[in-house]
Amino acid sequence: MLGWGVDFLRAEMNRLLALLFHQGVLDEQFLQLQQLQDESSPNFVSEVITIYFSESEKLLRNLRMLLMDRELSDYKKMEIHLNQMMGSSSSIGAKRVRNVCVAFRAASEQSNHAGCLRALELLEHEYCYLKNKLHELFQIEQQRALASGVRYPAQHD
Amino acid sequence: MDGHDVVSWRRRTHGIDALDSLQPSSDSGEAHVLAVDDSLVDRKVIERLLRISSFRVTTVESGSRALQFLGLDEDKSSGHFDGLNLKVDLIITDYCMPGMTGYDLLKRVKESSALREIPVVIMSSEKVLARIDRCLEEGAEEFIMKPVKLSDVKRLKVYMRRDSGERNESEAENRVNVNPKRKLREEEEDDDNNYDDSDLSASSPSPPTCSVSSSPPSASSSCLSSPSMAAAAAATAAAAAASASTADKRWLRMNGGD
Repeated sequence: MLGWGVDFLRAEMNRLLALLFHQGVLDEQFLQLQQLQDESSPNFVSEVITIYFSESEKLLRNLRMLLMDRELSDYKKMEIHLNQMMGSSSSIGAKRVRNVCVAFRAASEQSNHAGCLRALELLEHEYCYLKNKLHELFQIEQQRALASGVRYPAQHD
Repeated sequence: MDGHDVVSWRRRTHGIDALDSLQPSSDSGEAHVLAVDDSLVDRKVIERLLRISSFRVTTVESGSRALQFLGLDEDKSSGHFDGLNLKVDLIITDYCMPGMTGYDLLKRVKESSALREIPVVIMSSEKVLARIDRCLEEGAEEFIMKPVKLSDVKRLKVYMRRDSGERNESEAENRVNVNPKRKLREEEEDDDNNYDDSDLSASSPSPPTCSVSSSPPSASSSCLSSPSMAAAAAATAAAAAASASTADKRWLRMNGGD
């Protein structure tokens, strides 16, 4: 019965991953991250993603603040933040988030305040979706790790 | 081919297969890479990529920190060593960083007599030809497109500095070298199995292999500073600089560009 649990969970994880790939939310760079995880670094992916979340949220807050003043929006600063978010998103395989950053940056380069606002909202939306899905993924992974652990107790059978 | 030629790491197109048979960079322990990136996420990823590829890694968040680590005071332009100087076999740096860019760092390293033989690799998430060109001109070994993958990092072994025991020899050869980029272009001209330079399509084949067969002759020739060689190189450089260079196109392809 526990064996069924592990397989089921693995299938769930794969299904979710496949969906995210299909939606273009994640790209192959995410797989590259997974390949970097092993016994010597068993939590690598979640560690990197956790850093990504915390940095992204800071950047999103900064972007929001920069857009609050319509007259004095500091587009240069916005672009700096966007470049950072673009870079880290691409490093973890967050394709859709990265693409929105690109569009956002284009609006910023044109000092298009309304365009930037729209882009920010889209960015926040995409980011939230990504975060929720990745959390789901990690939960399944945790459950699977637990189930595997129980499945193979030492010496008993 | 003699694995300890400094020119072997100067060349930017190495057939990985051929060089696998050379001595690996870690004669006396693993090679030490200094990774520079202002993004914490990227530092974490590059660190892992390097560790998994059996490098020792030190990550720093800025060019100025990197210079400090290398023992080069940021304000002084001389290669005066003081403080930290843990031997570094390769520097890999992001291009876009606040304050000192990767390009600035590259320049400082190459201007320093103490550090200039350390190979420098630049990473960037943006494919800007002028940027790539500038970095190669300044002496970067390679320009890697982000996101960096394991295959990119594995390729770095090829640029590793040899042991410090051979360093003196390398330094002497360095002074004799013409600008490696010019040299490279000249060699390209002579390569039989070069890429079709007009091909910039997305479906172009990936890793470069043309240099493998040509490395022996170019390795020996580039050590020399014969007048005719230098003149030819200079002429080539002038011509090559005028147009969007083949090197640029090749770089794009190497690094997953379309």
